[in-house]
Formats: sequence, C-alpha cells, structure tokens
Amino acid sequence: MKTKSRRAHWTAAILILGGLLALTGIVSLCLGSARIPLAKILPALAGGGNTMEHAILCDVRLPRILLGIAVGGALSLAGVILQGMFRNPLVEPYTMGISGGAALGVCLAILLRLGSSFGVWSLPLAGSIGAAATIFAVYLLSTGKRGLNIRNLLLIGIMISFICSSLITLIMAVARTEDLHGIIFWIMGSLEQPNMLLVKIAMVVSIASLGLAYLFCLELNALALGEEEASHLGISVENTKRLLFILASVMTGLSVSAAGIIGFVGLVVPHFMRLFLGSDHRILLITSWLCGGIFLVFCDALARTIISPTELPVGVVTGLLGGIIFVYVLCRNPAGEKRCSI
Amino acid sequence: MLNINGLTCGYACLPCVASAKKGPSSAGNPGFVVRNINLQVANGEIIGIIGPNGSGKTTLLRAITRVLKPARGSILLEGKDIWRMKMNELARRIAVVAQSTETGFMTVEEFVLLGRIPYYGKFRFMETRNDLTIARDAMALTDSLKLKDQFMSQISGGERQLALIARALAQEPKLLLLDEPTTYLDITHQVGILDLVRRLNRNFGLTVIMVLHDLNLAGEYCHRIALLDQGEIRKFGPPEEVLDYSIIEEVYKTVVVVEKNPISKKPYVLAISEAARELSAETTRQKH
Repeated sequence: MKTKSRRAHWTAAILILGGLLALTGIVSLCLGSARIPLAKILPALAGGGNTMEHAILCDVRLPRILLGIAVGGALSLAGVILQGMFRNPLVEPYTMGISGGAALGVCLAILLRLGSSFGVWSLPLAGSIGAAATIFAVYLLSTGKRGLNIRNLLLIGIMISFICSSLITLIMAVARTEDLHGIIFWIMGSLEQPNMLLVKIAMVVSIASLGLAYLFCLELNALALGEEEASHLGISVENTKRLLFILASVMTGLSVSAAGIIGFVGLVVPHFMRLFLGSDHRILLITSWLCGGIFLVFCDALARTIISPTELPVGVVTGLLGGIIFVYVLCRNPAGEKRCSI
Repeated sequence: MLNINGLTCGYACLPCVASAKKGPSSAGNPGFVVRNINLQVANGEIIGIIGPNGSGKTTLLRAITRVLKPARGSILLEGKDIWRMKMNELARRIAVVAQSTETGFMTVEEFVLLGRIPYYGKFRFMETRNDLTIARDAMALTDSLKLKDQFMSQISGGERQLALIARALAQEPKLLLLDEPTTYLDITHQVGILDLVRRLNRNFGLTVIMVLHDLNLAGEYCHRIALLDQGEIRKFGPPEEVLDYSIIEEVYKTVVVVEKNPISKKPYVLAISEAARELSAETTRQKH
C-alpha cells in the first residue's frame, strides 16, 4: 500500500516537474528583447527559415534554453551525486572547487589556442580534465591517514577555488585582448553559446550522465549509511566512488566549458528536492535533473528580461535567487534543518 | 559454517574503506591488530567475542565482513573463501549490525528495505512485493513494525537497534554479526535485544557472532565465548571455561569474583572496587 502510494507520488513528481520544464521552456521562448506571442511560436518554429521570428527562436533562444536544461540538469545531478557520496549537504561542484578547476582548464585551452588544433572538443575536454584534476586533488588532500575529513574537504575545495581564480586572473593578465572576452564570458557564466554543436553535445552528455548515474541510485542510497555499511550491503564502495567521481567531473567540466561558472545550482536544487521528496536517490536523481533545468532556464529568462535590454550574467541570478529562496525555506520550515541534512 | 584459519590482519592495507577508523595497533607487532586467529563456528551457534578495549574485537568482525583484507590466513564461509565471493553474494549470507550507522533522513521502513539491496538485479531499481513482504516480516519479528513510518532520527536508541537488526534480517542472512548491540541501552533493552537474538537463533537456526562488552550478558546468552587479548585468542570455549576468575583477572588486569547465576547456572563476573578490596584486605589482616 505504502509502496504503491510512494510510486504514485514519485510518478506525479516526475510528471509535474516535466510539465513545469516544458512550460518554463515555452514561456522562455516568448520572452526577450523581441517579444514573440505564444500563438506565433509554433508557426514560426514550423515555418521556413526566412522569417525574423524563426531566426530568433531557432538560432538564439532555442539553443539557449536547451543549454540551460542540459547545464542545469548536469550541475544539479553532480550536486546530488557528490552530496550523496560525501554525506554532506554542502558539497557541490562550486563549493568543492571543481567549477574553478574546470574554468582554469578552459581558460588555459583558450590561452594556448587548443581550439584550433583539436576543434570543438577541446573546450569540453579541457574543462573535464580541469574538473577531474581538481576533484582528484581535493579528494587526495582531504583524505588523510584518518580517512576522509569533510571539514577539510570543504576548506580545501574553497582554497582550490581561490587558487584557480588567481591563476585565471594571471592568465587574463597575459592573455591577448581578443581572448579576454572569451575568458570573462566563462568566469561570469552565460548560456549564450553560439556553437550549436557544443549545445548538442552538452544535451547528449547531460542525458547520458543521468542514465549512467541512475544505474548507481541504489549504491548512493546505501552510501547514505556510511561506506562500511554500504559494503556490508554488497556494494563495492571504491569502484562506485571512482565511477561517480568521474561522472561528476565530466558533468561539471562540460557545464563549465559550455556555459562558464554557474554556482549554486548544484546546492539549491538537490536541497529543494530533498525537502519535498526525501532522500531516496531513485527519485532524487531524476527530479533534480529536471528541476535543475527548470531553475536555470528560469534564471536565464530573468537575467535576460529584468533590466532589458541589458543582460545580467546568469550566475548572478542563480546565486541571488538560489541563496535567498534557500534561506527563506530553511527559516520557514522548522523541520527544514533536519530534512536537509542527508 | 565459518572457519577462520590463522588470520592475521591490520589496517596497513585497507581495500574498500578509506574512511575507516584507524584501529589500535598492538605493541610488539606494529600494523597487525589481530594475529593468528583460529576460530571454528558451527551452524546455529551463538558466539560471543569479548576482550579489553583495543584487543581487536571489532577488527576481527571487520575481517569477517571483508572490510579488511587479511595479511595472512583465510576466512571460509560454508567452505568458500569470502574473498572469492561477489560482494552481493556475501551480503546475502552475512548481515552486520554495526556500532555506529549513519541513518540519514529516512523512515524505518525505507531503512529496513535497504537490506534488500543485495537481491536487486542489475537493472532493477524498485522493490518487489516479495522484498516488501520480507522487510515487513523482519520488522514484525523485531517488533519494529509499529515504527515503520517514523523517521530514523526520531526514534529512541533501543528502537534504533531493533530497526538495525530488522534491516540485517531483511538481508536473509545465514550469519548475523553484531558489534556491541547493547551499548548505551538500559537493562530492559539489553535483555530485549539479546532475547531477540536468542529467539532468532533458536527459531530460524541463525548463526550469530557478537562482540559484547558485558561479560555477564556474554556468559548468559552465548554458547561459546572467544576471549581476545592483544589481538590473539586467549581462550575459546563455553562460558564456564572462559569466564574463569584467574583468566579474567589476568586479561583485564582487574580483581573480580566469578559466581554462578542462581537461576540460569551461568557464570557471572563481579568487579570489586578499590575501597572494597582494601577493606577486605584489612579484615583478613585483623583476623590473623
């Protein structure tokens, strides 16, 4: 009975979030410096490639929304995975310094002009390598003789973030003027990505990561009990951790290389999902991915319209909005603290 | 059932748990916490493991659950080396009630259902009706069914221990390992938990190995007791043989008196305080 009602609950959550994602996407298509009414969207999308609306929708807004979904989903998913693995609600790509590492990788790739020799893959690849190197360094440094220390992990993550941002500043100081724009774009975080291929790659990798991560949902549930207990339940802890680490760095690296540093998504979205749905990763992974997409597309729509025609960097909006909503919910809900700590 | 042959292991090489606590290293042989352990456990036995703090009790349990890889020796479960088994194959045979388990934010029922994880197939994510029935049965056996919708963080220590045992039972194990299951519990719950263990042993033939601090409870509930001292087995046998005052005094370096429980006829150990010792020495002197 309970299982049935839970299953219904979960299905409802997925359907609602899926519907919300579609709605946010459609509304976001309408919004912008040139408003396109809802009724015109379908004809414009279906119509030939010569109308102005078609060009705006297909070349500017649609890629942006798709990238928002892909990046938002990937960042939230990375957040859920890392939080589940470390049993700490404060770790996410941004606080662990992974975003910083990925940004450093991307900036180096721009500086060294790797794009001309390796093509479109160079930036995602450089981002992923940077992210993986950071995760590895953070993990290695915070795992002392007495095992993994979460407080150390967070502090080292923040320090590595600082080091990376200093190095990025150094790169900016020596960079050519024409590269500077690209670097700043990556630091601020923006969904304006002219390269449609990169958007497609981001989407495919993001969805594939969700599928792959889902294979580990039971392992993540078991890890909530601690690593030793998980191994008592027949989980090969080291293998699982290694694979999830790689997955989290690929997702973060890809997100950063496609959209720059966008903080807070991986922290706020999983928290929200836990508040409503509990800490079972079988539902948490899917809904966090969906909600991450909603959140980022929504924030981007705000960033584009709030002081139109000037655009805000989407990272500013996610940080402000995410932080405020989070504090509000935490204060309003007395059980919030307990529910959030996984 | 379980054959431990010449087991020597320590924390030098940690195969699967990087965050495990560093164990006590015994003097004289650095690195190895337990040395040359031989232990034969028959089907349907309740074995108690006792010994002073740092004598390697938990380490021995960790070796049996494959958290620690033995440096020398082997552990055979039903004739099969546990390191030759798949992880989930082992988890279907051995279940553990550990000392400190993080329980996260979940209900008792969700927690107990985690015990079914070793039975999930590769691409199966949801529990079946069968899983749920087994989990419910485990909760009914441990008298925790009434707690099923409560959150793990909101139940009492005794209830928590029941939920932990229920989760272990949901694994449908042949061998149940308990690490100090009565610590922090009042006497009602101590006896309740151990009576439950005894019932499970009697009714389902479950083999049990448990680490106990309380010598009297060990004497009362275990068929055989292994006394560990500095990583080695000092004595292994029925309670009457192991709980001998000379052995206990030597291993624990404490003056004790061993009496017989008037009802169960099992040995029980009484500690003597310093003041009482002095007093008794005084009276003996005066008599002379």
